[in-house]
Amino acid sequence: MNIHEFQAKQILGRFGAPVPKGQAASTPDEAAAAFKALGQQKVVVKAQIHAGGRGKAGGVKLLSSADEVRDFAGKLLGKPLVTHQTGPEGRVVRRVYVEEASQVACELYLGMLVDRKAGSVSVIASTEGGIDIEEVAAKTPEKILTEPINPLLGVSGFLARKIAFALGLKDKQIGQFTTLLSALYRAFVETDASLIEINPLVVTADGRVICLDAKMSFDDNGLFRHPDIRELRDANEEDPAETEAAKFDLSYVHLDGNIGCMVNGAGLAMATMDIVKLYGAEPANFLDVGGGASTEKVAAAFRILLSDPRVKGVLINIFGGIMRCDVLAQGVVEAAKQVKLNVPLVVRMEGTNVTEGKKILADSGIKVITASDMADAARRIVKEIGA
Amino acid sequence: MSILVNKNTRVLTQGITGATGQLHTRACKEYGTQMVGGVVPGKGGTDFEGIPIFDTVEQARKATGANATVIYVPPAFAADAMLEAVAAGIELVICITEGVPVLDMVKVKAYMSGTESRLIGPNCPGIITPGECKIGIMPGYIHEPGDIGVVSRSGTLTYEAVYQLTQLGIGQSTCIGIGGDPIVGTSHIDALKLFNEDPGTRAVIMIGEIGGTAEEEAAEYIKQNFKKPVVAFIAGQTAPKGRRMGHAGAIISGGRGTAADKIAALKAAGITVAMSPADLGTSMQSVLQGKA
Repeated sequence: MNIHEFQAKQILGRFGAPVPKGQAASTPDEAAAAFKALGQQKVVVKAQIHAGGRGKAGGVKLLSSADEVRDFAGKLLGKPLVTHQTGPEGRVVRRVYVEEASQVACELYLGMLVDRKAGSVSVIASTEGGIDIEEVAAKTPEKILTEPINPLLGVSGFLARKIAFALGLKDKQIGQFTTLLSALYRAFVETDASLIEINPLVVTADGRVICLDAKMSFDDNGLFRHPDIRELRDANEEDPAETEAAKFDLSYVHLDGNIGCMVNGAGLAMATMDIVKLYGAEPANFLDVGGGASTEKVAAAFRILLSDPRVKGVLINIFGGIMRCDVLAQGVVEAAKQVKLNVPLVVRMEGTNVTEGKKILADSGIKVITASDMADAARRIVKEIGA
Repeated sequence: MSILVNKNTRVLTQGITGATGQLHTRACKEYGTQMVGGVVPGKGGTDFEGIPIFDTVEQARKATGANATVIYVPPAFAADAMLEAVAAGIELVICITEGVPVLDMVKVKAYMSGTESRLIGPNCPGIITPGECKIGIMPGYIHEPGDIGVVSRSGTLTYEAVYQLTQLGIGQSTCIGIGGDPIVGTSHIDALKLFNEDPGTRAVIMIGEIGGTAEEEAAEYIKQNFKKPVVAFIAGQTAPKGRRMGHAGAIISGGRGTAADKIAALKAAGITVAMSPADLGTSMQSVLQGKA
């Protein structure tokens, strides 16, 4: 789960990381009031959407009066902002963040993430701040330092100093950085974060090290421990079908093709998308109904699939392990009764209770094309939609 | 022959009285696995269909001589269950539970290093040596004893591969699902090392998916050290960047971990890569017949 910059800064600030003072606003008047409340000569107004590249897209501006702030907020709020990460339709800006301006002397990069290889949380640091770290990794990988944090020790002094020196920090900045890194790590561990990215981390003209931007993502599996963070979920930033699917504990990702896929198991679901493509068509989604899906859950999945107007055909591929084929069939029959099924449906079933499942479908009166295996299923659905 | 589990493996179930624990303990017992005990704090002294239940793993191990345990407890308690099993000195710990917070796994990994225990999972189907011992949630009947090893990050896709093999009359030595999470106890390489040493395994099917670099590392290992033929498949060739495909680990981030990268690394290591998931069985058949 992702959150907005201003929310990330609030969390990091709470753990003692140095962040600039600021206030979020959802109307131009609120933004102007925030300018006055901050009592600074200059502020930065930043569009709050879950995507990077806001500066280049015109979503960030340095301003010096309440009127300017009101005008600029008025231009941003309620309108889509298109950045290189949003896609051509952009994201509607619903809030802006009004923040005290900082005099930047130097821009650095600092990230923290779960490192699969090390089996721990790792720090990623680079002197190349303010640009995409992917770009740095591709062009100048030697400028990226990766350091795993021992979970039994946390951030040791020597580790923080090593990173600070690599970043070119000096004197009092070393101590400031050590405090900052410890705060970040505590925030990471205590909120079940999966990523913290400070890009840029800056040294100000007066020599302070602060988090000028902040991005935080959380491990969905850890959210049950953090009801306060779960509250920060912004449905406006998510695909409505994906939000609906999440209610039923279904894993659904919306894609651009026209063959709706319903599968049990993430690996098999990806493999099913792949085989659809191998037969010359494009999947409309990734949908994993999970292991122990009930009839209701299957019916919900089927409804969500068909709610996408681009879907011209549906492919169901189930390998029953915990999932029983008769339960799956029952769910499909139920859903087909609720929604009018007017696209071709190909079903491939194997595994637990497959005979019962096939019988339920055959007796249901629904027009179902049965396939003998995965390749056959893909071939048939692609043929049906005439791709 | 086989790896890790066989007819002598003595298995505990942690969370034996939950719905999932009951269902699969029963199925594993019916398959012929020696299910020797269950652990449910507070229910020690009772039994589940004749299988004695204990309050702690330590007690269960002492009383039953168990050397393996399978965990079905809910995600919030799964890490503690793994730690308890390791602390009790159980050699093989298999965690089926899906949805374990990744930072819990960081702690478990750190605690386990230097111990004698091996962890499989979490978020995995388990492990089976066909005809001898099934620990986990896979449907037993699709398997057939034989000499092909299967290692996979995915559950149902493993069933698919096994089913294709069995349909072609090709049996399996051991099939192991290592789990789809970012941090798991046993990696592809760990499993390959065991298959390399197992005289009962003639060739291996390795099923990977997008995300991370585990398959690339496995490819390098195979190139340097692996003595047997490998057929591989990578799921997620069509997955877009930055979107998590169900498994917490299945995400292409920062342009790394794409299917194309992995397939290229595997091919460069001389591994036969099935481009379609429908060709896993026939690819292995060709390799065994010396055609590929």
